[in-house]
Amino acid sequence: MPYIASDHAKRYDPEALRQRIPGWGVDSDPADRPSHPRELVDAGETGAHWTLPVLQEPREGRERSIEHEMLTPVFGTAQPLHGLSGMIRRFAYDNYSEGQTAHWLLLVLGDRVESVGAHLRSFASSRPDNPITQTGILAESGRHPIASRYGVGRADVKHSWLDPIIVAGPWVLAGVLLARSVVRLSRR
Amino acid sequence: MLAMTYRGPYKIRVEEKDRPRIEHPGDAIVRVTLAAICGSDLHLYHGMMPDTRIGHTFGHEFIGVVDEVGADVRNLKVGDRVMVPFNIYCGSCYFCVRGLYSNCHNVNPNATAVGGIYGYSHTTGGYDGGQAEYVRVPFADVGPAIIPDWMSDEDAVMLTDALPTGYFGAQLGDIAEGDTVVVFGAGPVGLYAAASSWLMGAGRVVVVDHLDYRLDKARDFAHAETHNFTDVSDIVYTLKHATDGLGADVVIDAVGAEADGAVLQHITAAKLKLQGGSPVALNWAIDSVRKGGTISVMGAYGPLFSAVKFGDAMNKGVTIHTNQCPVKRQWPRLFEHIRNGYLRPADIVTHRIPLEHIEDGYHLFSAKLDGIIKPLVVPTAA
Repeated sequence: MPYIASDHAKRYDPEALRQRIPGWGVDSDPADRPSHPRELVDAGETGAHWTLPVLQEPREGRERSIEHEMLTPVFGTAQPLHGLSGMIRRFAYDNYSEGQTAHWLLLVLGDRVESVGAHLRSFASSRPDNPITQTGILAESGRHPIASRYGVGRADVKHSWLDPIIVAGPWVLAGVLLARSVVRLSRR
Repeated sequence: MLAMTYRGPYKIRVEEKDRPRIEHPGDAIVRVTLAAICGSDLHLYHGMMPDTRIGHTFGHEFIGVVDEVGADVRNLKVGDRVMVPFNIYCGSCYFCVRGLYSNCHNVNPNATAVGGIYGYSHTTGGYDGGQAEYVRVPFADVGPAIIPDWMSDEDAVMLTDALPTGYFGAQLGDIAEGDTVVVFGAGPVGLYAAASSWLMGAGRVVVVDHLDYRLDKARDFAHAETHNFTDVSDIVYTLKHATDGLGADVVIDAVGAEADGAVLQHITAAKLKLQGGSPVALNWAIDSVRKGGTISVMGAYGPLFSAVKFGDAMNKGVTIHTNQCPVKRQWPRLFEHIRNGYLRPADIVTHRIPLEHIEDGYHLFSAKLDGIIKPLVVPTAA
C-alpha cells in the first residue's frame, strides 16, 4: 500500500454530498455546534432561580460518597439501605473513596447479597420470583430465536450460552442443595 | 402505579408501587406518556452497574404530562406536555454554570464522578426512573422543556437521550470538513452519531457492527459505508486499509461496556463483572484512528477499571474526548435539524412495548431478536 504525503482523507466532493445527504455540512463551522466550546464561561439562563438550592429533607441517614463535602442538596430516596446488603453498602460509602477498588467491589457484593435475600423473601410472599416470566424469555416465541442467532455471523453466539447458566445456575444449585437437605433430614 | 422493577441480573417485573411524591419544592411529578429502553439500561439489567438495588425502576428516556408541581416551581404547570433530559441537574453549581449539566455536583450524593441520572442505580443518585406511570422530576424549572406542538411524541422521547448523545458524540470528535469518521456500534446512538457526522461536514462515514440488520439501517438511515467485523479477520487491519494505511481522522465508540469482538474481554466484563466494561470497541478505536486523530467515547462504562490499550493511545498522540451528554444544550439546534428534515429520529424506532410486558422488551433488546433497534415503552394509562 502506498503511503501518501497528501491529505489522505480529503478526497470528497462537497457538492455531491450536499445532493445526497440532507443538511450535509450545516454544522461544519464549530461555532454552530451547541457544545462548542464544551465548557462555557457562563452558561447563562439555566432556569435556576437560586444560588444555592433549598436543601431536601429529611437528610439523616442518607449515604454519600466521602468525596462529597456534604450531602448534596437534592438526592434520590428510592430503595433506602436495609439489612445486610445495606450494611455492606454503607461500609463501602463510609470507608472508601470512589478511587478505591474496594468501594466498588463492596457495592457489587451488596448487590448480590440483596439479590439472594430478595429472592428468598419473595418465596414467603404472595408473588414469588419467577425466572421464566421475569427474564422475558417467553417473548422469543414466534420471533425466530434460532434463525436470528445462528448462521448470521453474530459475535455474541460465542458466549450467549453462558446466559442461561448465569440466570438459572443459582436456582438449580439452590434446588439441588434443598433437595439434598430434605433427603438427609428425612433419613434421620 | 405500575412500574418496572429490577429483581436481580437478567430479571425484572412490573409491580404496583407508590406514586412518587413531591420531596423538594423544586420537584414536579410527571405522568409518563412514552418511555424508551436505552442500550445503557441493559448494563443495569445485566447487573453490571454497582449499587443497583432490588426494586429500582429504570428509565432515563421519557416524556409525559406534568401532574403536580412543588411550591417553588415557576416554569411548568400542571398539564404541560414535557420532555425530560436524562440528566438531573441543578443549573447553579460550579459545573452547571459552565454548561456541564451532565456533571452536576448537587444531585448525586452517591458519587462525584458522575452526575444525576433517572433510573440508573444509586451510583447516579438513587432516583427511580421513567419506565413507570409516574416519575419524580427534581429541579423541574431547569431540566424539562415543553414539547413544541409540531413535534411527535416519538421524536420527543428520542430527544431525551439517544439523539442528543449521538449528536454530541459527533461533536466530541471535532470533525473537520472532509474528515473520515468511523463509528463503532450501529445501535441508536451510533446511528445518530453517524447521521450527525455528515451535518458536521464529514467526507466519509463508516459504521462497524456485527449485526447485519443494524448495518442495513446504518446504510439506509445514516448513508454510511458499513463493515460487519465478523466478516473480516481483523477489523483494525480492514479499516487501516480503507484509509490509505493511516487510519480514520475521527473514531466514535458508540458501544460501551458490553462490546463484543473479543470473547475474553466480553466474558470478564459483561459476565464475570471483573472489569468496568469490555473495552473492545475502545481498543479498536485506539488502533484504527490515525496518529493525532480524535476518539469520542459515547459508550457507557462502569466505574471499575477496564483493560484499555492506553500505550497505543499515548504513542499515537490520540485525543480522547468523552462525557455524558448535556442534553438540553443540544435541543435548540436539534429542533432546527428535525424541522428541516436533516435528522429523522423516529425512523429508528422498531418496537412499542406495553409497560405491563416490559420484560419482553428487555429480553428482545438484550438478545437482539426480531430486528430490534429501539424499543419504546407505553404505559397503559398514557
